[in-house]
Amino acid sequence: MPLKWTLFASTPAFSAKLAREKRHLTPVRKCHKANRMGTVVGLIDYGMGNLRSVQNALEKLGASVFIAREGGDLAKADRLVLPGVGAFGDAMANLHARGWVEPMAHFALSEQKPFIGICLGMQLLAERGTEYGEHRGLGWLPGAVLKLDRPGARIPHMGWNDVRAVNKSGLLRDLGDGASCYFVHSYAFVPSDPAIVSGLTDYAGKDFVSVVERGNLVGAQFHPEKSQKHGLAILQRFLEL
Amino acid sequence: MLRTRLIPVLLLQNGLLVRSESFSVHQVVGNPIHEAKRFNEWNVDELVYLDISRDGAYDLRRDDHKVKSVAEPMGILEEVSKSCFMPLTWGGRIRSVDDMRECFLHGADKVAINSGAFRTPELITAGAKAFGNQAIVVCVDVRQHADGRREVFIDGGREATGFDPVKWVGEAIERGAGEILLQSIDRDGTARGYDLELIKAVTAASSVPVVALGGVGRYEHYVEGIKAGADAVAAANIFHFKELSDRQGKRTMIKAGISVRL
Repeated sequence: MPLKWTLFASTPAFSAKLAREKRHLTPVRKCHKANRMGTVVGLIDYGMGNLRSVQNALEKLGASVFIAREGGDLAKADRLVLPGVGAFGDAMANLHARGWVEPMAHFALSEQKPFIGICLGMQLLAERGTEYGEHRGLGWLPGAVLKLDRPGARIPHMGWNDVRAVNKSGLLRDLGDGASCYFVHSYAFVPSDPAIVSGLTDYAGKDFVSVVERGNLVGAQFHPEKSQKHGLAILQRFLEL
Repeated sequence: MLRTRLIPVLLLQNGLLVRSESFSVHQVVGNPIHEAKRFNEWNVDELVYLDISRDGAYDLRRDDHKVKSVAEPMGILEEVSKSCFMPLTWGGRIRSVDDMRECFLHGADKVAINSGAFRTPELITAGAKAFGNQAIVVCVDVRQHADGRREVFIDGGREATGFDPVKWVGEAIERGAGEILLQSIDRDGTARGYDLELIKAVTAASSVPVVALGGVGRYEHYVEGIKAGADAVAAANIFHFKELSDRQGKRTMIKAGISVRL
């Protein structure tokens, strides 16, 4: 494939061209055409998180996916996914123990390549977490992770809930009036910079931040790989970043 | 706002999908992998697979199936998870954290434990610690006796435990269960509707989501289950014998004012 086609495929102009010409196709079918250029996604394995579901979803969208087992693997990736299920403190301990912190920071902050944190992965982007005590996060985005405060409502917040786009030209631009995505969490990231708030979700009458975005850095509190077509559409947008 | 979930449940016996009645009659209704694709096309909220096999003898070597044969449960789970872009719960004969780990490695998002949880309740805590509470579903099967008293049964409804459902559910939650799948053995396969008294009693005492199962025959039964306090409604047989049951079930709930995802 000529180099100029690889570059063109990653621009908004290409997506717009696809949208104009193939408007009737569902998001998933559009994806296969866009990803013929073959983006390579690395999934960070730090012992926590269901890698298989994310891999299935990304492969369905036409991306080439590999499981990154150590820092050196990151050179093979165009973009990275940090999944996560479990407790904040354990996750940070695992990331440090397996030597992930420096290589990921180099990839996402120095090289500024696309990076998405999913569920606990999004929370780890924060400065600190408060689950089972105070823990330092990666600190890439300002703010803290706090327990969902919803007296009378069930915790964890589990099930399908609507994500409303605050940033209408970012990752959530296909959502229209909002779309149901699958959540399962007891804590949420409270960013101290409103500019990075990309999506909001109402649980028990009060909003929490469900998507954050700052350039190449993205976080989704829900599981896009488990949110059917809207989830896949959001992952597709990440693949186009 | 958080939507109410409608969850199809698929029962696996020796590698084939079956429907059941009061936990004893088991009629074959299909191929587990093919059905997962169908449910994914239907855009359902979640899928629960319960492996109710007794002796682990799996055989899918019939040639009338168009789908590839898989010889054992984890193989089936792995194939199923490839078509599941919604949460997938796997249950049946899970007795240890290693069993749970196998399920997650093969694509499950949550594991459902029943007899294993009752016989060794430490399993709930160990599972919650290793994988997070939200990934541990405790299944509670209940029979109602002639005098109205309800009792938890394990081992596919064969063994009485002497426990009141509310009591066992309370203990399971304390030990770390993230969700309760509450099943009425008497109502199973009868299409008479959920055991609403049971749902009311358990949900009033539960701090985690409760999914009701057992007895759905008409879509209105879903509405009754939610009004009795269930956080989500599940059903098995109705999905095998009716077209578009997922869509129609949800439309019935919407008419009754319940918020679901379309």
